[in-house]
Amino acid sequence: MSVLNPPRSAGTRKASGRKGAGGSFSAWANRHRKWLFAAPAMIFVGVLIIFPLAWTLYLSLTDSQGSVRAATDFIGFKNYLTVLTDLERFWPAVGRTLSFTGLALAFEVVLGMGIALLLWRPFRGEKWVRVAILLPLVATPVAVGMMWRLIFDPNIGFANQLLGAIGIPPQPWLSGQDTALGTTIFMDVWQWTPMVVLILLAGLTSLSDEPDEAARVDGANAFQRFFFITLPLMMPTVIVAILLRGIDALKTFDILYATKGKGGGSFHEVETLNVYAYGLSFDYNQYGLSSAVLILFFMIIIGIMWLLTMRKKAVTK
Amino acid sequence: MTVVTDSTTTAGMRTPRRRKPLATRAYKVFRVVALIVVVLFLLAPLFWMLLASLKTNVDIYDTAKAVVFSPTFENYANVLQRNNYFVFIFNSFWVAFVSTALSIVLGVPAAYAMSRFTMHRSALVVLMARVIPGVSLLVPWYYVFSNLRMVGSFEVLILSHMFVALPLIVYIMMSYFDSLPLELEESAEVDGLTPIGAFRRITLPLAVAGIATAGILSFIFSWNNFMFALVLSGSKTKTLPVAIFDFVSYASIDWGGLMAAATVVTIPIMIIALFTQKYIVSGLTAGATKG
Repeated sequence: MSVLNPPRSAGTRKASGRKGAGGSFSAWANRHRKWLFAAPAMIFVGVLIIFPLAWTLYLSLTDSQGSVRAATDFIGFKNYLTVLTDLERFWPAVGRTLSFTGLALAFEVVLGMGIALLLWRPFRGEKWVRVAILLPLVATPVAVGMMWRLIFDPNIGFANQLLGAIGIPPQPWLSGQDTALGTTIFMDVWQWTPMVVLILLAGLTSLSDEPDEAARVDGANAFQRFFFITLPLMMPTVIVAILLRGIDALKTFDILYATKGKGGGSFHEVETLNVYAYGLSFDYNQYGLSSAVLILFFMIIIGIMWLLTMRKKAVTK
Repeated sequence: MTVVTDSTTTAGMRTPRRRKPLATRAYKVFRVVALIVVVLFLLAPLFWMLLASLKTNVDIYDTAKAVVFSPTFENYANVLQRNNYFVFIFNSFWVAFVSTALSIVLGVPAAYAMSRFTMHRSALVVLMARVIPGVSLLVPWYYVFSNLRMVGSFEVLILSHMFVALPLIVYIMMSYFDSLPLELEESAEVDGLTPIGAFRRITLPLAVAGIATAGILSFIFSWNNFMFALVLSGSKTKTLPVAIFDFVSYASIDWGGLMAAATVVTIPIMIIALFTQKYIVSGLTAGATKG
């Protein structure tokens, strides 16, 4: 102990000596490291996110349109009134956003849970299945959209060939007014179910084996063990998966714009809020109106997130 | 000694697993079949894209030649030579690389501060960026940058991609720093390092795996990003996703070329993903199981 002590105190002295010699800057930096470290990122966020968001809020109260350099007038809540009474584009877009997100999430969570359970216990060839799960996840959404456009092409697409082989008449898929949204939901499920699988699998592996074992000893069958043991224990993770995936699903843009183009197709079949707001901004230059749509959209997202977080807190308790 | 403890722990871990497959033979068969269906469902579309990229447009329209055909690399040659795809590939790479590097430089110290000093409110502000729809920032950005005559420059594109990368990196690194024990830094400070010195020499080297995770994911997201480049890129800075999108603005679609272009954009990212699988999985699931 006494042998160890001297060098340590010497070291401390040396450091404090260096602090003095290194000038007050080093000492100052160390004292204020909390803000020194956080400040650059915070400034970036402030300049590129908070300020633009405030600007969007301001634009939503003006009649800004046409050129971004054009003079604008303050018109109060008129844009919001226009948007909220718009039964032709806005409300259907809200409906499509919610049904796209809701249906895609439902499929992704149910399928994701099923696949995660299949992968839960180790097996031979596990590596290859994991690779297959990863590939859709990292594929570029625009490329994925183009890929499905070919597969779902009514005349030459593989999807109709497959249906033909089992005697089902060809479907219009993306080009059908009623089938387009469903087809894009299918694409979203293909690409993002793997994400849910990975999250749920991480949750499953972190579960303790004991409750499951105990239930098995008590004679519970596989279904009982899943619904009464595993699922309740997994609920917090399931809600995290819904939260993470849900936020992205609400904001889906790439595959919709890549497969149906401006306005979500000629009948606005897949025009969700994000596609609608993008179109208003950059295809029609209605900045004021689009800003109002965006602020409302943002409030919807925050509202849904808040509800889910509340639910998660209730479950975790 | 170590050998003995080792064998007992592995045995201890394996015993419950070996008992588990009480699962009947029927379940085993079902599981294999289900897994094959899942793999087919996930890979078949990608395989179809690859096949179509190797077909002439005549063969694509001929349903009899769905799988059996004479492959050609003509589409790739066309796409890469005539359409300047090497420029787009470089643009995509450059924007993804620089925006990721800058986000790491800004994001890692910030994540460290937020984790160590539990700056929950600041963290929330950064994480808000993951929730905000990108379009709501695009209009003001477009307004400012077009007044500065900067739309179409790499700088603007990189800044816009950092909007995705920075929150992601802060999010992943915060949960990583949370998991690193505080004691290491404390003992380093006792041994005479300044707090910043302890961060640089002790914590940062330990966080390399976390930084790799965050960096790889941020690179992938930036490579795949479409909306920002659609508005903010110019003819000289166009990235691959926008280039692919431009492919279909003509009346009839050159399917073979389109699929070759789509393959060109997805292959690099898939190769990266194959080699960094472990990192990607840990990054995507970061903080998911913390409760």
